[in-house]
Amino acid sequence: MAEKMQLNEVEVWDGNLAAAQALRQAQVDVVAAYPITPSTPIVENYGYFVANGYVDGEYVMVESEHAAMSACVGAAAAGGRVATATSSQGFMLMIEVLYQASGMRVPLVLTVANRAVASPLNVRGDHGDMYAGRDSGWVQMDAFNAQEAYDLTLCAFKIGEDMRVRLPVMVHQDGFLTSHTAQNVHPLQDDEAYKFVGDYKPYEEMLDFSKPVTYGAQTEEDWHFEHKARQHKALFDSAAVIDEVFEEFKKLTGREYKRVESYMMEDAEVAIVALGTTVETARVAAEELRKEEGIKAGVVAPRVFRPFPFNEIRDALANVKAVAVLDRSAPMGAMGALFNEISAAMYTTPNRPLITNFIYGLGGRDFPVSEAKRIFKEQKAHADAGYITTPIQQFSGVRGPKLGFFETKRS
Amino acid sequence: MALRPIKNLKEFSTANERLEGAHLLCPGCAHSMIVRELMNATDDNLVIATNTGCLEVSTAVYPYTSWDTSWIHIGFENAASAISGAEAMYKARKRKGTLKDPDAPVKFVAFGGDGSTYDIGFQWLSGAIERGHDFTYICLDNEVYANTGGQRSSSTPVGASTTTAQAGRVSYGKKEKKKDIVAIMAAHGAPYVAQVAPNKWKIMAKVFQKALETEGPCFINTVSACTTEWKFDPKNTIEVTDLATDTLIFPIYEIVNGTELNILYRPKKVLPVEEYFAAQGRFKHLFKPENRHIIDQIQKDVNERWEYLQRREEARV
Repeated sequence: MAEKMQLNEVEVWDGNLAAAQALRQAQVDVVAAYPITPSTPIVENYGYFVANGYVDGEYVMVESEHAAMSACVGAAAAGGRVATATSSQGFMLMIEVLYQASGMRVPLVLTVANRAVASPLNVRGDHGDMYAGRDSGWVQMDAFNAQEAYDLTLCAFKIGEDMRVRLPVMVHQDGFLTSHTAQNVHPLQDDEAYKFVGDYKPYEEMLDFSKPVTYGAQTEEDWHFEHKARQHKALFDSAAVIDEVFEEFKKLTGREYKRVESYMMEDAEVAIVALGTTVETARVAAEELRKEEGIKAGVVAPRVFRPFPFNEIRDALANVKAVAVLDRSAPMGAMGALFNEISAAMYTTPNRPLITNFIYGLGGRDFPVSEAKRIFKEQKAHADAGYITTPIQQFSGVRGPKLGFFETKRS
Repeated sequence: MALRPIKNLKEFSTANERLEGAHLLCPGCAHSMIVRELMNATDDNLVIATNTGCLEVSTAVYPYTSWDTSWIHIGFENAASAISGAEAMYKARKRKGTLKDPDAPVKFVAFGGDGSTYDIGFQWLSGAIERGHDFTYICLDNEVYANTGGQRSSSTPVGASTTTAQAGRVSYGKKEKKKDIVAIMAAHGAPYVAQVAPNKWKIMAKVFQKALETEGPCFINTVSACTTEWKFDPKNTIEVTDLATDTLIFPIYEIVNGTELNILYRPKKVLPVEEYFAAQGRFKHLFKPENRHIIDQIQKDVNERWEYLQRREEARV
């Protein structure tokens, strides 16, 4: 039996330690992992727990992230709780197996400290890795600070392992900005946390020899489409379970999570839509602008990136006039992915707000409150003019000549 | 561990029907002989991981499966990682008391072709062996990417013609030497490593049993004659394999704990390598006058290799 850890009512943890503590409290059976900046401290902290008797499960340090995810899939198919961590290049190396994990419907939890994807090599935070996972069939949740990284990791097990879901789940946090920033975290005590997550329920497991199972079969044009269609539906259907788990978590802790987080949107005229730590920056900007200039600014943030909260986004932005969608990933010859999602959602509403796209913060470039305010003000100008007065896609915070792409077609 | 007696082939080969007959492997393919023999070597439960390849695509085409045992396939390269994960999960659940039947004996086995073992899955295999998981990895070595239609791998021998190392007007086929996977695995310090062939079925069965009984990671390279890519009549699989072992192209031996080498089969009469080549279409071009020197060179290499193995056996180091 693993040693229990006495935790203070308030701990000072960075996002990595918060995630590692959640893995420990969930009593994961197998952690198979490979270190990579900035998520390395997740597995290092976990290594400390293993070495000091706080973990009963197996800790398998493999030779690459591809092997880590492969071992996780093998372990999950053997009927127990599984987790790992990664970032950036490691995430990219895992991608083949991410698809295989979701296709085999094995629940497991991947904690991601988001980081830019090379080349050029960069260890700082942006959302290039998170975006690369968006078609992989995983539930993707996004934490904006260390507390949320802890809370959502506990929720992730409960969501993915639910018999109505049985899908792998990622919990994202911003590399360095969250992963390495010590913050106050209110943890649950070990028993409380484990009781919330619950015992793992084996299903179609390889270690039940009374009922042999085949994992990873081949399908061609005769069956592949049906499998993928069901998987897609299962991912959309997981939304209801996510809501339930968030509700249960709120009852336990008082901390409320929603698949779309809205801030000061009740009367908002202009909004920023963003992910990660930028959400908190934008919230500060919105508050200040309301006080300083009376601009009715609000912030909308998809807490759950997959399944994409299409309806909830439409509700959240139902009454705004202009929206700036912020993408922290190089879109490379297209509009930002989040911009496209938001635009698609809003196109089918009676209120089609003016939507522009900002590419910002690549490779860890700072995104200050002042820039968020400037973007809000630009939205106010669009709203007042009744049309988009700037290029539709702009780059925020990049040096050199101003970069902008595409104008509104007004006739 | 429950081992099967190895006396009568008919009795042994029908002991456990855990790879159902209705699979899609080519007639004459040696893969199923090797896989069935492994599964017949023990009555223990098996958890099997298989890399992408002929074996995998021929035995688990939805909605069917040939596997009457726990089986997983993830990708081309990662069966060794998948089995690592499953074995780790077994240990964790055994310790925590969450197994449905905690006393059920179980063995962990991974299969890969030479493409996934020598080439694309090499790192994954090396990692799993280094970590010391309790499993047996069996390479079904047919010296070619057979599943995708006959491309060269790093196991393809010198002189063989493949679609990506073709014999032609100015080429005698593959020029690079076959990778010595057995030595590489032994160098990992694996407790048990061997090379066997299905024509010597008793030796193969004993080696499988020894691997399954040995605690820790074991690696067995099995010669799997490929009727399609080696180009011989499907009824001649065992005859061609006999030529492989009796020309000493495929010596049969084991290495215990990385150093103790034992030769497990000494042909009563060693045949010249050209008899082995003459039996297969993939070496046909070697008999052209301009390529004869390749046969001579290979004969020299085989002789030297045999000498080396015998010296290693004597030296016990």
